[in-house]
Amino acid sequence: MAKTAYRKERVDRGIKARTDDIFALSSFREILYLVLPRLLVILFLLPLPLFLGTYWQKVMLITLIIALLAVSWDLLASVGLVSLGQALFFGVGGYLAGFFSTRWGWPPLFTIPAATLTGAVFCTLLLYPVLRLRGIYFGLITFALPLLFMRVIEATKILGGTEGLSSLPPLSGITVELYILIVVTLGCVFGFRRMFDTDYGLVLKALRDNDRSVEAGGINVQWYKAQAVFLAALPAAFAGAFLTHHYQFVGMPAFALDYSILPLTSAILGGIGSFAGAMLGAFILVPLSEVLRAFGTLRVVIYSVVLVIFVVGLPEGIFHYLQRKYHQFERLVPMEEVSDGARADFKG
Amino acid sequence: MEQEPILKVSDLSKSFGGVKAVDGVSFTLRAGETFGIIGPNGSGKSTLINLITGFVKPDSGRVFFRGREITGIPPYQAVTLGIARSFQMARPFYNLTVYKNLVIPLYSPRAKRLKGGKYGDRDEVAIHLLEEVGFERDSLVPYKLAGTLPHGYLKRLELARCLALEPDLIILDELFSGMSMSEVAGILPLLEKISAEGKTLIMVEHRLKELFRVVKRVIVLNFGRKIAEGTPEEVMGSPEVKEAYLGGEVAEGAGS
Amino acid sequence: MEGSLVSVLIYGMVNSAVLMLTSLGFSLTFGLSGVANFAHGGLYLVAGYMAWIFMHNMGLPFLSAALFSIVIVGLIGAVIYRLILMPVRGIVLSEVIATFAVGVAILEFFRWRGFVTYEFNLPPFLKGGIAIAGVNVDYQRILIIVIGTSLAAFLWFFSHHTKTGLALRGMAQDEYTALSLGIESDWAAGLSLALGSALAAVAALVILPLGLISINIGYDVLLIALAVSVLGGLESTAGLIVASLILGYAVVATSTYLGPQWSEVVYLAAIVLGLAIKPSGLFGKFKELEERV
Repeated sequence: MAKTAYRKERVDRGIKARTDDIFALSSFREILYLVLPRLLVILFLLPLPLFLGTYWQKVMLITLIIALLAVSWDLLASVGLVSLGQALFFGVGGYLAGFFSTRWGWPPLFTIPAATLTGAVFCTLLLYPVLRLRGIYFGLITFALPLLFMRVIEATKILGGTEGLSSLPPLSGITVELYILIVVTLGCVFGFRRMFDTDYGLVLKALRDNDRSVEAGGINVQWYKAQAVFLAALPAAFAGAFLTHHYQFVGMPAFALDYSILPLTSAILGGIGSFAGAMLGAFILVPLSEVLRAFGTLRVVIYSVVLVIFVVGLPEGIFHYLQRKYHQFERLVPMEEVSDGARADFKG
Repeated sequence: MEQEPILKVSDLSKSFGGVKAVDGVSFTLRAGETFGIIGPNGSGKSTLINLITGFVKPDSGRVFFRGREITGIPPYQAVTLGIARSFQMARPFYNLTVYKNLVIPLYSPRAKRLKGGKYGDRDEVAIHLLEEVGFERDSLVPYKLAGTLPHGYLKRLELARCLALEPDLIILDELFSGMSMSEVAGILPLLEKISAEGKTLIMVEHRLKELFRVVKRVIVLNFGRKIAEGTPEEVMGSPEVKEAYLGGEVAEGAGS
Repeated sequence: MEGSLVSVLIYGMVNSAVLMLTSLGFSLTFGLSGVANFAHGGLYLVAGYMAWIFMHNMGLPFLSAALFSIVIVGLIGAVIYRLILMPVRGIVLSEVIATFAVGVAILEFFRWRGFVTYEFNLPPFLKGGIAIAGVNVDYQRILIIVIGTSLAAFLWFFSHHTKTGLALRGMAQDEYTALSLGIESDWAAGLSLALGSALAAVAALVILPLGLISINIGYDVLLIALAVSVLGGLESTAGLIVASLILGYAVVATSTYLGPQWSEVVYLAAIVLGLAIKPSGLFGKFKELEERV
């Protein structure tokens, strides 16, 4: 046994800068320390569309769409509403854009914002009566609604039925589309993160912990949950409307299970509650699934297994892990001769 | 003014799946009174509170607060009118720090209105409230996650949450349960102070000895029905109450 | 079946029995341990394919193939509990997502292995049929009604009148009290998952012979189980039967008079409207309402 023992010391260099309400940004270095991760994300995303071929540009577009849906999922989860059907918001946004376009001939510049807003209002009104449901019961409703819409469209042949609505006006080239999506996605991620730091966000966060205590605190829980649903529906309906014009088509697949499962898996893979994690998850999952395309439906098996592993074994998610590693570093500190007992203490 | 009833409960009933949890309970409360609701386990005390504060809708009967009917209104509206309650099972927001737990009630319309300009400094208001219920100002406790608090402190946090709402009527559901004797002794002066400020207090308690040091009037529930009403001495003398409370609790309570 | 009322009546009854049998396992697991086993559809199909493999690749007779697959699927249920659910017990979101992912993994695995052609079907237990009031009903469908009702009756007896059943029910209602009485929570929940999965297998082996086995049946089965459980309220045998009857007749009536594309709408609308209007289900009790709302 060696005379000098080493112990691991864990240093959290972020704690000074991160302690909320206490501004400890005393030097340029500390500001950089806080800004750097955000800056890196922006610096990575902005030039990316210029370096990608057409195929990978399309992959990036889908990635950003799924990222928006995942961020939306994360916002709902942050107030304790677990959605098993992001396809609801997505499909409603998509179909509304298609409807505005075919019925009134609006250009995408109008249909997309209009579909985003009306879609979010529509979904909020639709879910308003069931916001009091807890846990899986809310999830069940969101699971059933998009499938219900899909079947109703199929059976009644409204909105183009199984054919869908096609020949919609296109957007202006994939590079421009990508930049619009990048700006919107980053705006949502940073905006929602900022929002959750305010007192308003604190109330929303408290809803997840215990909505009865929030209600006893004199706050209209149903109304705040409705606001959260509206805010979450915005990016998701936007994603639907946007992709509708990208494909120049909207059909029953807009309500398909894929648009529910992929965002959920992304958010869980990346880590819940940070929005950045949801986005990171999408940026891992969607390109990965392109790489695995050759495996056919085995790839769905692979996602599912990944999902199980993360839910059961690594519920923290990748983002929170990276965040912790960024703020902390470990170093070996030499110790004076120590007794075995003391060393055992350090192991614990 | 003194005699104006602040709360009037008339013939309130609620049953769950055939079991009458609260059965035709009536009582009236004057402003500034300190009032106790006692009874054995499962006698409907908590349900009665849930009915008054809107967490459960009554099957029949009415509730008036300052002459205005509030039967079955949503809980947050009861708060807006001035009724604050604590929960028997303290359930704070575990993922928030202790003082941030108070930001939620301070964010409510009522607190914003009544605390007015002070809200701008809500952290200071929150810390001050915590100090009032017995957290040490200079300790790090208010900055810890609420999930790490011991039980007694959680109860105090519940009380602070009620006070943050500047209520006229405070309903405390088993505040003392889980507190040590010395903790209760520490909180009694605060309750007296709240009462002296003119706030009306309803306390649901199992610990009768401590309760009777605060309240002047009590009602006793058994199987959802009111079986006695009066001063602590009066009700504990009633044979029906003695029968409901078989065991040592009566002796302990009456002895005080 | 030219929309005749008699055929609606008879096939509605058969369909109700199919729905009840299909959702029995899901409902049992949820009622006894509070786990919504979203892998129900996957397990259902595993039983079907496994029986087929036992018969065609190993040459076992159908009865023993069926028996083996029921036991194996039950064991799979227990394994799912031990490996996947136990670490996330109590976190409802994780339970649902994990079991759903397991179900999808199972179904898509079979799709990948090419279990999508016409050769996959199971033989009926009974061949032939009889005519009831001019409508032909084969014996297998009658068998479904018999097995469905007797299983429901058996389960009601099991959970209300046997020591194990009462213990499991007690666990579902109040975990702490049950723990203090020495009932081990993990053992009970694992058993309820195994039982529920085995029941899914029974349902599959009785119902699947009516047609071809296809992957999408797995998703439909989950949908049916959810619809029946939501509508009937949990842990209520009467609710299960009534909800199956309502949905069974509703589906047969809509597909006869409106067209088969409406049948899935019925299930989905039942889930949505059931939860929106009466969250406790038709026969739900107060306690469940508290938990749902």
